[in-house]
Formats: sequence, C-alpha cells, structure tokens
Amino acid sequence: MDTVYFIAQQTMYFAIPLLIVALGGMFSERSGIINIALEGIMVMGAFISISFINIFQDSMSGQQLLILAVLVAGLTGGLFSLLHAFASIKLKADQTISGTALNLFAPAFAIFVARMVQGVQQIQFKDTFHISKVPFLGDIPLIGPILFQNSYITTYIGIGIAIMSWVIINHTRFGLRLRACGEHPQAADSVGINVYKIRYAGVIISGVLAGIGGLVFVVPTSTNFNASVAGYGFLALAVLIFGQWRTKRIFIAAFFFGIMKTFAAAYSGIPFLKDLPISNEVYKMIPYIATLVVLTFSSKNSQAPRAEGIPYDKGSR
Amino acid sequence: MKKRHSLQDLRGTTSFFASFMAIVVGLLFGLLILLVSNREQAFPAFLTILVGGFADGTKGIGQELYYAIPIIMTGLSVGFAFKTGLFNIGASGQFTCGAFAAIYIGIKCAFLPAGIHWLVALLGAMAAGAIWGMGPGILKAFANVNEVITSIMMNYIGIYLVNMTIVKTIYDPLKNQTKPVASSAIIPKAGLDKLFNSNNLNIGIIIAVLMVIVIYILLHKTTFGYELKSCGQNKAASKYAGINEKKTIVLSMMIAGGLAGLGGGLLYLSGSGKYLQVLDVLAPEGFSGISVALLGMSHPIGILFAGLFIAHITVGGFNIQLYSFVPEVIDMIIAAIIYCGAFALLFKNLINKNKKHVVDDKVVNKEETNVKEEV
Repeated sequence: MDTVYFIAQQTMYFAIPLLIVALGGMFSERSGIINIALEGIMVMGAFISISFINIFQDSMSGQQLLILAVLVAGLTGGLFSLLHAFASIKLKADQTISGTALNLFAPAFAIFVARMVQGVQQIQFKDTFHISKVPFLGDIPLIGPILFQNSYITTYIGIGIAIMSWVIINHTRFGLRLRACGEHPQAADSVGINVYKIRYAGVIISGVLAGIGGLVFVVPTSTNFNASVAGYGFLALAVLIFGQWRTKRIFIAAFFFGIMKTFAAAYSGIPFLKDLPISNEVYKMIPYIATLVVLTFSSKNSQAPRAEGIPYDKGSR
Repeated sequence: MKKRHSLQDLRGTTSFFASFMAIVVGLLFGLLILLVSNREQAFPAFLTILVGGFADGTKGIGQELYYAIPIIMTGLSVGFAFKTGLFNIGASGQFTCGAFAAIYIGIKCAFLPAGIHWLVALLGAMAAGAIWGMGPGILKAFANVNEVITSIMMNYIGIYLVNMTIVKTIYDPLKNQTKPVASSAIIPKAGLDKLFNSNNLNIGIIIAVLMVIVIYILLHKTTFGYELKSCGQNKAASKYAGINEKKTIVLSMMIAGGLAGLGGGLLYLSGSGKYLQVLDVLAPEGFSGISVALLGMSHPIGILFAGLFIAHITVGGFNIQLYSFVPEVIDMIIAAIIYCGAFALLFKNLINKNKKHVVDDKVVNKEETNVKEEV
C-alpha cells in the first residue's frame, strides 16, 4: 500500500504543473490564438518567482512566501504573454513565429540575468514549503495519504485552478464569449462581442497560468532553477491536444501523463518495476510513446477550435 | 508575363527589406541590453558581435562556416516542412538520430574503402533522419494527429533511444560518450582546412550549399515541389486537383527529416573532436533550425544566408566574453529578430500601401459603384 501512496504523491508533482499549463493553453486556444510560447512563459514565470524566493527567503518562509511567489509568477507570465498577444492579435502576425521567439528569449534572458547578477546561472532556494502532513485531513484513511501527505500547497492551488477553469469556460458569460471567438469570431463580432478584447483576455489568462505552472514545476522537484523547465511547456501542449481542448479531459490527460512520468522518474523506488530487466531509458520513453499511441487513436475526430491560428480581421469576409 | 515577373521582384525585395529591418531592430535591442547591463563596455562588445568571426581573419571565417553547416541543414529541414504547411519542431530528434547513424556506421563499417566510408555514413544519417521524420508524417496524413505534438514526442523518444543504443553498442564509459569514428569516416577536407586555417572545416559546407541548391530546384522547378507547396497553401483544393495529399505530407516530412539527419552526420563526422554524449538533452541545433528557417523566410537561399548570419553573430557572442558579457545575449538578439520578423506583414503592408495606393483607389471606386448598383 505504501507503494501506491508513493506513486500517488509523486504523480502530483508531475501532473499538477502539466494540468495548470495545459489549462492555460486551453484559454488561449479556445479564444482562437495558438500559444506555442507556453514553454517560454513557464521559464519566465519560474525565473522571476524563484528569484523572488531567493531574495526574500531570509525574511519570510513557508507557505506565505510560496503563495506570494505564485502571485509573482502569475503576474510575470501574464505580462510576458502580452508580447505574444500584441503580435498575434494587434499586428496579426503568424502565431507560431511570435511564440517561437518567446520560447527562445526566455531561457536566454534567465541565463543572462542570472549570470550577470550572481555569476552562475543556477538560482538556489531553500525548500521550506514541503507539507509532510496536513492537520486532520492527512489522517483520513486512503485519501489522507494520497492527497494530504508529502504535498505542496501548489497541488491544491492547481486543483482549484482546474475547477475554476471548468466553471469559467463552461458556465459563465465570459466563457461562452471566449469559445465563440475561437469557433466563429465573425459571428461573435456580429452580436457585439469585442473579439480583440476577448482574445487578449484568453492569452493573458494562459500567460498567468503558464507562469504559475513554471513555479509549480520547479518547487517540488528541485532546489535550484537552471533556466529550464525540461520541455514541460511542450508536454502541456500535448496534454492540451490529448485532452481535446476540454477541461475534464485535460484533467485526465494530465494525470495519465503524470503517472507515466512517475514510473519513469521513480521506478527504482517501486519494487515490482525495479526487478524487471528493463533499461532505465525505456521507462523514460514510455510517457512519450504512450501519448503517441493514445493520440493516434483519439485524433481522428479532433475538436480543435475552428478559428484557431487565424488572425481575426474585422474587415475580412 | 513580364508584368508578373516585375511583381514577383517587388515581393522579393520587400521580403528582403522586411528581414533587414527585423535584423536592425533586433541588433538595436541587443545593444540596449548591453547598455543596461554594463554601460562602459557595451559599445566595444556590440562592435565585437557585429564583427563576429571576421575578427580572427580566415580562421574566424572558417569557424563561422563550421557553425553554419548544421544549422543551415536543420533550417532547411524546418523551412522545407513550412512550405508544405507543416511545422517540423522535431528537427532536433531527427538531427540526433542522423548523428547516431553516421557515428555507428563510422565505427562499425570500417571495412568500407576509404573514399566511400564517409559517404555511406552520411547517407545512413540521412536515412535515419528520414525515418524519424516519417513517423509524424504518417500520423499526420493517416490519423490526423497534430505534427507539432508528435514531433515533440519523437524528439524525446529519439534522444532516449539513441542514448540507450549508444550505451549498448558504441559506448566509451570513461567519457560518457561515443567511441571515436574510423579515420576513413571523417569527411574529407579537400584543402579547405588549409585555406581557412581551421581544422574543423571540411567539404561539409559544400555539401550544405549543394543541398540548398537541390531543395531550391525541388521546390521551384519541379512538379513535385509545386504539389508540396500547393498542399501547404490549401490542402482541400490540392486534393480536388488530384494531388495525393497524404503521400505529399509523408514525403515532405521524410525529406525534412533527411535534411536534419544529414546535418547531424555532417557535424559529428567533421573530425573536430565533437562526440555525441549520453545526456538527456535535446540537440539545440534543431531549435536553432527554427530560427534560421523563420529568418530566411523558409526560402532555401534565404536559409543559407540566415544560417551564415546566425553563425556569424554566434561567434561574436563567444568573443564578447572578453568584455565579461554572457553569450546568451545572442539568443536574445535572435529572439528579437524573429519577433520583429513576425511583423513582416506589417512592414510589407506599409511598403505596398505606398506603391499600390493609386491602383487601390481605382479598385475601391469601382467596388463602390458596384455596391450602389446592387442597392
């Protein structure tokens, strides 16, 4: 049973950042803007917020500092994504190109600033955020060890974001408008919706979430930030497509990938996997192969937003 | 006919002008970053970037060409796929697979005669890259899976597979890298090393330029190239016109993969002391290829010059460490250039607006009268 708990706790570390970032991608893509810059925004969010932790960790610690850092990461991500929004909405540029530019810029910026300021590119931080057991909740049998032991507050933030996203996109006026802009912007415009504003909102929300996702990825898995989020932004894109741009399916997809990733990263701690005569590299490959296979069978009826990637031009017919 | 020609010329010059503007803005952005971080050293450092490899005479130019070879190849790969409407973000995995195949043949097939060995190894690199590119192509054509995602997955699968196979077959455990290849597998230098006074340079640069020409001819002078481009422009219309769009997509990804794979072979068989290491890191050359393709506007000749330009400022980036700057400033400049390149449409429209103003007015007037009649 301990093994099951171990796998569940580890899965959270991998699945939650993917979930948050993929949901971010959903807001952008369902408003009609492809956001391939998620990776870069994650790096930027993680960089600024980890630097924030690094600077303030002497005067603050624990959950208070982490929550402030999450806010900083979200703010950074939102501001950085404005660059993408400006290029792809206002200037009607190719959305892949400006996204690629952001992806290229973020790690270079992080390395440059870190090395100019402190000499080395790794930014260290003390992990004072780990929760070994949540009071009361951690004692519940079964659910306690899975959800409320060995966790980080970011896990609950992530699940909160998922629930909020589901409500916003499916059950609010804003969500309906956002979806309309991604499916048929001309129709949305004809009933008085400002397509540009909605798309800006979509991209900014995706930036905020991707920024938070960057921090959430780094905190549980490391004690320093090395200008990289290990391709998680791209994986989040895969999760988004795997999840067919729908909140619930993204949730399932993120946890599917998270579990696969856990097997890859922690198989030596799982007795029955450790005994199998399989090379370490095979485990690392499994998440990607599994995603490929699942995508192959689920993509025939793609539910991608209709107007995704097409700049909206008010004058065109 | 003549009129059409002049129109095309106009389009060519405006694209060139737009790229040029983007480069200028990107470089100015770089200067700004240098000024912010260290005002006194900024201008000498900026000059160093501009001068690039030219600072070291022929040796520096040789070094630039050596850097340019792999990124021209991955740039061609990405640019070629762009032409067919596909975003090959998987050049990195194809590059690594190609590099591995080349090294494997270079070590294991030492029985081949000296003049042929390196050629076989390069062909092997191309084939391995093509196979790696074929996967996303087939999935895109037959199962409608987004090629961006599959390419990303293939990047990771490729790097882990290559690492696993290296460890099992051609591993040097002391250095955590591959064993050295047989000397007959090293690409011949043909006097280029003496000409440029650089040991790293070989006829790889000639092969790269040849591939640029081949791809140019393929895209612009053959029926197949026309089919590729038309699939990129409008898949449904191409299908209607009788083009087998599934075959076209698969072939396009295979060619793109082959180009990236060849790039890997060219780099790791250059005899410059570079070995394929067993690290879980995606090859950066694949991602530089995206920058090169975007800067070169996906045109083969444009990609050649874009690759040379990026290699040029990359060498400059190494040199600015003399002024205690970090070479990553180059990546920021390239990012800024690409970001500005995204505005190419805006630049072009501005230019065209001035030129076409008279014509447009006439068209608009005509349309207005039409509308009135309809009403």
